[in-house]
Amino acid sequence: MSSELTRLTAAELGAILADRTISAVEVTRAHLDRIAATDSRVHAFLHVAGESALAAAAAVDASRAAGDPLGPLAGVPLALKDVFVTADMPTTCGSRILEGWQPPYDATVTARLRRAGVVLLGKANMDEFAMGSSTENSAFGPSRNPWDLSRVPGGSSGGSAAAVTAYQAPLAMGTDTGGSIRQPAAVCGIVGVKPTYGGSSRYGLVAFASSLDTPGPLARTVLDAALLHEAISGHDPCDSTSVDAPVPPVVAAARQADVAGLRVGVVTELGGEGYQPGVLARFGQAVELLESLGAKVVEVSCPHFRYALPAYYLIAPSEASSNLARFDGMRYGLRAGDDGTRSADEVMSLTREAGFGAEVKRRIMLGTYALSSGYYDAYYGKAQQVRTLIIRDFDAAFEQADVLVSPTTPTTAFPIGERADDPMAMYLADLCTIPSDLAGNAALSVPCGLAPEDGLPVGLQIMAPVLADDRLYRVGAAVEAALQQHWGGPLLAQSSGIAALDEAAGRQQGGRCGTA
Amino acid sequence: MSITRDEVAHLARLSRLALSEDEIDHFAGQLDVIVAAVARVQEVTADEIPPTTHAVPRVNVFREDRLLPCLPAGLALSQAPAAEQSRFRVPRILGED
Amino acid sequence: MTEPATLVAYDDAVARYEPVIGLETHVELGTTAKMFCGCPTRFGAEPNSAVCPVCLGLPGSLPVTNVAAIEYTIRIGLALNCGIASWCRFARKNYFYPDMPKDYQISQYDEPLCTDGWLDVSVGDQHVRVGIERVHLEEDTGKSLHVGGATGRIHGADYSLFDYNRAGIPLVEVVTKPVPGTGALAPEVARAYVTELRDVLRTLGVSDVRMEEGSLRCDVNVSIAPAGSSAWGTRTETKNVNSLRSVERAVRFEIQRQAAVLDAGQKVVQETRHLHEDTGTTTSGRSKEEAQDYRYFPEPDLLPVAPSPDWVEELRAALPELPAARRARLQAEWELPDLDMAALRHAGAIDLVEQTVAAGAAPADARKWWLGELLRRANESGVELAALPVTPAQVARVAELVATGALNDKLARQALDGMLAGEGDPDQVVAARSLAVVSDDGELLSAVDAAIAANPDVVAKIRSGKTAAAGVLVGAVMKATRGQADATRARELIMERLG
Repeated sequence: MSSELTRLTAAELGAILADRTISAVEVTRAHLDRIAATDSRVHAFLHVAGESALAAAAAVDASRAAGDPLGPLAGVPLALKDVFVTADMPTTCGSRILEGWQPPYDATVTARLRRAGVVLLGKANMDEFAMGSSTENSAFGPSRNPWDLSRVPGGSSGGSAAAVTAYQAPLAMGTDTGGSIRQPAAVCGIVGVKPTYGGSSRYGLVAFASSLDTPGPLARTVLDAALLHEAISGHDPCDSTSVDAPVPPVVAAARQADVAGLRVGVVTELGGEGYQPGVLARFGQAVELLESLGAKVVEVSCPHFRYALPAYYLIAPSEASSNLARFDGMRYGLRAGDDGTRSADEVMSLTREAGFGAEVKRRIMLGTYALSSGYYDAYYGKAQQVRTLIIRDFDAAFEQADVLVSPTTPTTAFPIGERADDPMAMYLADLCTIPSDLAGNAALSVPCGLAPEDGLPVGLQIMAPVLADDRLYRVGAAVEAALQQHWGGPLLAQSSGIAALDEAAGRQQGGRCGTA
Repeated sequence: MSITRDEVAHLARLSRLALSEDEIDHFAGQLDVIVAAVARVQEVTADEIPPTTHAVPRVNVFREDRLLPCLPAGLALSQAPAAEQSRFRVPRILGED
Repeated sequence: MTEPATLVAYDDAVARYEPVIGLETHVELGTTAKMFCGCPTRFGAEPNSAVCPVCLGLPGSLPVTNVAAIEYTIRIGLALNCGIASWCRFARKNYFYPDMPKDYQISQYDEPLCTDGWLDVSVGDQHVRVGIERVHLEEDTGKSLHVGGATGRIHGADYSLFDYNRAGIPLVEVVTKPVPGTGALAPEVARAYVTELRDVLRTLGVSDVRMEEGSLRCDVNVSIAPAGSSAWGTRTETKNVNSLRSVERAVRFEIQRQAAVLDAGQKVVQETRHLHEDTGTTTSGRSKEEAQDYRYFPEPDLLPVAPSPDWVEELRAALPELPAARRARLQAEWELPDLDMAALRHAGAIDLVEQTVAAGAAPADARKWWLGELLRRANESGVELAALPVTPAQVARVAELVATGALNDKLARQALDGMLAGEGDPDQVVAARSLAVVSDDGELLSAVDAAIAANPDVVAKIRSGKTAAAGVLVGAVMKATRGQADATRARELIMERLG
């Protein structure tokens, strides 16, 4: 039945596609049906590309029939965060200022996915220009957490996380600048990975903060995330900051799934006050689990991590204020107020006023301030120095441990609207994830249980040194295997919210089982 | 006060945001809190610490001086809000050449 | 006051005020591809046809540095005696303007690729060492058309049209240190600097340096202070001065205008001005409310540039002979005094003389023809020497014909007439016009005898020892033979005849 197809992991789908038990068109159709049946509630997608997805699937089937060699993800569907440009689909970045914009080119990530035979189902919702931790900053309405539709799915890759969690797609692409892959993954109970900065190309990724933005995978299993990680990674001559080194062996590491003898460092500064008790409890249990699996747990201190949040909220808005200057209504996108009497400057200002949401405006002004003559040294300049100290903290910590761990985010999914008017409260969601963005090293979030007080998912964050992405998968897969055994299945199976979605979807589809 | 209302109004002009007076008031209050929070970086003494611009410690990343295909004719202009004579049409510009 | 009603007379202004000048020159590099993408730097007329996501600054696009642009910039720095940075970065210069697709320009700020050099220039016998503050690299902007106004300029236009073909072309900016102490020669020094810089760039082959096409653009800074004062005055910047003549005129005008402002007891306003090529005057650009804060920060999309010492030395060793060295070498080879060499240079004749010598002429002859008859013709026609329709090879042939006695000077000038009129090569013109020195003694003798017969008093003088008077008889022979006589032979025959 098509609903069963949507329950499979990408690895499982890849296998039955490879042995031709099923066609890519059937797989795609099943997922498109699932989207149609659930997205009015979840709102994960801004654009569903049904026709082109089926065409791409058909092409994969034809290729397979012709005996062409295909990769492990050929024919597997995916939701693409609407921050990646697509030559055949609009790209909005969750903003009115790009509503209807049709890019004339594909991002490198987009092109690599297509070349791998991955079927692009459509563009996923996001916080406007990747600024936010809840997807409430999307100009087109928030996405909702399938666990509880009154709660946020996290952000900024909230649509990507919601799509995977709601079984609309086994895979999604997100981007992580301050935590925007890992935090949504954590609050949705799925896996999210921020590769080493530069590990995959930023060409065609609409820039928020150039020195921090990192494309990465979201999936329901660690192995799926590894398969996607491998498919999109590697040097790109179109991106000067892309890493010119072999992709770390992430798939092999995910299969290895063993932590015996590994040194695991618990970061003192990432815990304590301000963290939800249930989050700390599940984190503590995860650490004990690691120990029981043979890891050696040590405590490490990263004293400058307490300055990571303020440093990030200087560096990122500064770069963003410059990156978003091009949205001025002159060459593409929204143009407002051009009644024939106004000057270019006036039209630019009216366009940006109408086209940008509040959070984007705040960050643009904050960034402009931090870069201003007279303030640069004390703000942007100082933040870049703090960044050096954070890198040194990581270097020192990685002398004592092979990986570091912490909770991914201080709380579980909060209600929609709770933090919308309190920017500082919203920013705190990034407390644990930001250090790895500043240092550029690899980090992953894997579900480690439900918080007892609210029954909502908690994520365990694992951090590895630059270019040691494989360690994330080795440890993550080990934790996942042990926990799933403990739970008797995936964490998502414990979600009454998802079950309710299934039921509503089943009613909607009217028992339309089977495939063509 | 970390940042004044006047400074916020100035920042809005600099960044080409035609904020209403109410918006300026609203943002000024929020930015005041945010600026105070991010100013915490100044607690760190970092006199001899070099700033990090790139997490990637590489240099000399270049491309060869050779041609690649341009965008097909018309595609560049196809998304323009206004175009004329194969050029992007923009409202009148005040100021010198 | 920025536009005084009357200017101070130039000589008066420089008698009472001392000018300080500075120049910022933008050079479009002649690389194959643009600064950060693979679009061409040379393109046809169709607007927005040589563009891609990168030079259009589309969302998601990223720059990648063209190595040739770095190489060309280092070579320029070396030719200008600069130090080359061992490590430097690009920076973003942030401001809103529709000719910049990203609303920021990738440039260099406090870490230019080359610093602290110099370029020697001469005006007459005045030698000035112009200090070079910095040479850095940036990307060019798009081009605008302003529609609806009277003059096609920005003021009064209804709207503007933008073509981004030029956006992203590599642009090198050469900034001089302030140049004091030039006095009344300030305008000429400025012009000489731009001329020499242009020649250096052309020799390096890094740009076609055509000012009229915009591949070489100048901004001219001028300030004045009362003679003898130690502090410098407030400077103005006149932008986009696009010919050598205009460089000179802009400096001259600004000195006169600023003198008038100061004479009236006012202060010179620090501002950007615009030069009107037709009148040679400058007017105030729109005054800025405050100095622009470009909020420079290191470009995060590009990694630092760290030219290795080996690479720099390789480039230094491969530099061609630069104009100053070449001039010195040629002057020595041609054994010319300074004044003659300066005259050649001023007339733009050095290349022509070199080529004429290469075609076989003696240096003195080559110099004589180009600086003499040909320069006169060029001035008459109002063109540059190099624009005359006569080649160095042809001039060398004429010089050869005179040297062998086949032509005399007068006939040679007639031959040049023919060549300039398009009648062909020297030999063709000589044949067609029957230009030949009369060396047939028979014809000469009858003219000689006629001259002797017609001038008995001159003959008497000669016989009495005043042989110089023979010149009169030679003149008569020349006249009788319509200038075609070999004057030397005629003189010989006259002296023979008179014993």
